[in-house]
Amino acid sequence: MEKLLQVNQLETQFTKDKEKLKILRGVSFHINKGEVLGLVGESGCGKSLTSLSIMKLFKGTSGEIAGGRIVFKGEDLTHRSEREMRKIRGKQMAMIFQEPMTSLNPVMKIGEQLLEPIRLHLDLNEKQAKEHVIYILKKVGIPRAEEIIYEFPHQLSGGMRQRIMIAMAMSCNPQLLIADEPTTALDVTIQAQILELMKQLQKEEGMSVLLITHDLGVVAEMCDRVAVMYAGRVVEEANVFDLFESPKHPYTKGLIGSVPKIGQRKDKLTSIKGNVPDPSNMPKGCKFAPRCNDAKAICFEEEPNATDLGNGRMCSCWMFEEGRENVYA
Amino acid sequence: MPETLLKINGLKKSFTLQGGMFAKKRSLKAVHEVSFSIDEGTTYSLVGESGCGKSTTGRLISRLLTPSHGEIWIDGEEVSQKKESQLKSIRKKVQMIFQDPYASLNPRMKVREIIAEPLVIHTKLSKLERNRLVNEILEVVGLTEHHADRYAHEFSGGQRQRIGIARALIMKPKLIIADEPVSALDVSIQSQILNLLKDLQTEFNLTYLFISHDLSVVEHISDSIGVMYLGTIVESGPKDVIFSNPQHPYTKALLSSVPVPDPRLRRERIVLQGDLPSPVNPPSGCRFHTRCPACMDICRTVEPEMKKVLADDHFAACHLVN
Repeated sequence: MEKLLQVNQLETQFTKDKEKLKILRGVSFHINKGEVLGLVGESGCGKSLTSLSIMKLFKGTSGEIAGGRIVFKGEDLTHRSEREMRKIRGKQMAMIFQEPMTSLNPVMKIGEQLLEPIRLHLDLNEKQAKEHVIYILKKVGIPRAEEIIYEFPHQLSGGMRQRIMIAMAMSCNPQLLIADEPTTALDVTIQAQILELMKQLQKEEGMSVLLITHDLGVVAEMCDRVAVMYAGRVVEEANVFDLFESPKHPYTKGLIGSVPKIGQRKDKLTSIKGNVPDPSNMPKGCKFAPRCNDAKAICFEEEPNATDLGNGRMCSCWMFEEGRENVYA
Repeated sequence: MPETLLKINGLKKSFTLQGGMFAKKRSLKAVHEVSFSIDEGTTYSLVGESGCGKSTTGRLISRLLTPSHGEIWIDGEEVSQKKESQLKSIRKKVQMIFQDPYASLNPRMKVREIIAEPLVIHTKLSKLERNRLVNEILEVVGLTEHHADRYAHEFSGGQRQRIGIARALIMKPKLIIADEPVSALDVSIQSQILNLLKDLQTEFNLTYLFISHDLSVVEHISDSIGVMYLGTIVESGPKDVIFSNPQHPYTKALLSSVPVPDPRLRRERIVLQGDLPSPVNPPSGCRFHTRCPACMDICRTVEPEMKKVLADDHFAACHLVN
């Protein structure tokens, strides 16, 4: 399998009051061509920041990449300038955000907004560009596309707006689509429509998708492989079937157990005790140790490295580190 | 036979919309026709998508809003049109837990003051006694008395929701209306709060009206369920029946829309076409007919009534149900 995107030991930090705060602390994963990778985790674990780092969308913040590498189609993007990134954004990788209302310009007609990336990246004249917009809108299932291009975002429903966002992201045929919680703000019946649409487009175009979500149901439905994040690191990576069948990391286990499943009678849900740690006050050792039921002395001392469990599975837990016999004696 | 704690009958609420000085006044029927009852010590859930009127129903029952029409019986007392001054006894019996634990706690009050406020209003207890009760209730919801002298912003989302629950519990209410109490929380925290709500119900024999859009949460916590669409309950019944044998096409679609956290169960879904119609201008006949995959001619003109389905207490409002 060919790797489209490789993220290696990525570190992203913010500066506040001259103090540097590392939010991503060595994120590693890869996306193969034509696959959907789910990036899951709870709020504050750094999943959205990972996507912003890949796109290098740090404008107006103190965010910067402090270490690691981002390799896209064999090219190192880590130290690209803003100008070079502009050629890549929207054309080779595009992004959909959670809140479709705030990510569309409220005072610009739909058609104009859709024309922006097309004018920038595709060599089309005005007439062809407009035809392309209508073609794309029809593709994402917008009825009366010829009229919609003259309307404003507030005239559309949430589901329609998200379709517009998808249309915009797809308009220049990107190889990588980053979707950051694309259905979280939508109702379930509308979510079902949008997921269905994304699945169909992904198959037709054969593009790769990085799907960021906190909803394990959406992951199970959409993804080929999954990377689970906790406190600024990927703690487990596996294909979707393995992950749900036999989760390895205690955090993944807790996460899957926490979700109530329809049809499954349980008096009590498994829950993970405590709260997500504060990035400015991270515990020593494994960041999950204070909430982990299996934590041993070493877990509070040293952070475990990712261990290859074969079959493309990775897990960062002392349980699987070599020499664990000593630890778990 | 358990006693019925809450019974509501033909509840309606409309709001007047003003477009501008010369615009025609229009009315938005947020709650069109809602009737159900809850037995003491059980949980009834209202599920539906945004704008279906589930939160408005909750606010009507807690009398934060006054219904335009219909009856609300709480613990044998009819309260639908009572004035604010007559509502004190009801306020003690009915408490609410809100969705957003960030917005529902006063940032300028200490946790102790937040939780003790109902006591100040409804009782004549001394400060010492109030403090004792606050400490007790903090223990019950899984916090400690050391938390009492901090401000809300010092807590995480899950802990804040515990404070909200403590505030609701301090009056020893009979009915708790929980409006999306876990939707703003992460899954690992969500399960902590759901477990807590269940434990509290057993401990204090609480009755819950649980309002949620999340069917998997609803299945976990409820005894009975009412499915709402555009201001009306379209199907209601015991949890098991609703989930195993749904009758209304909307319930079926809703159930099949929920992504299941099991990759081996990827299945064909019923994907509803279109969006929720506006409650200002609801469709004629059956309100669901514009999106219904099984729409017939009669659905466009005649509004279906709640009809009994085979099992006890299972009702659905659909022309297909005989």
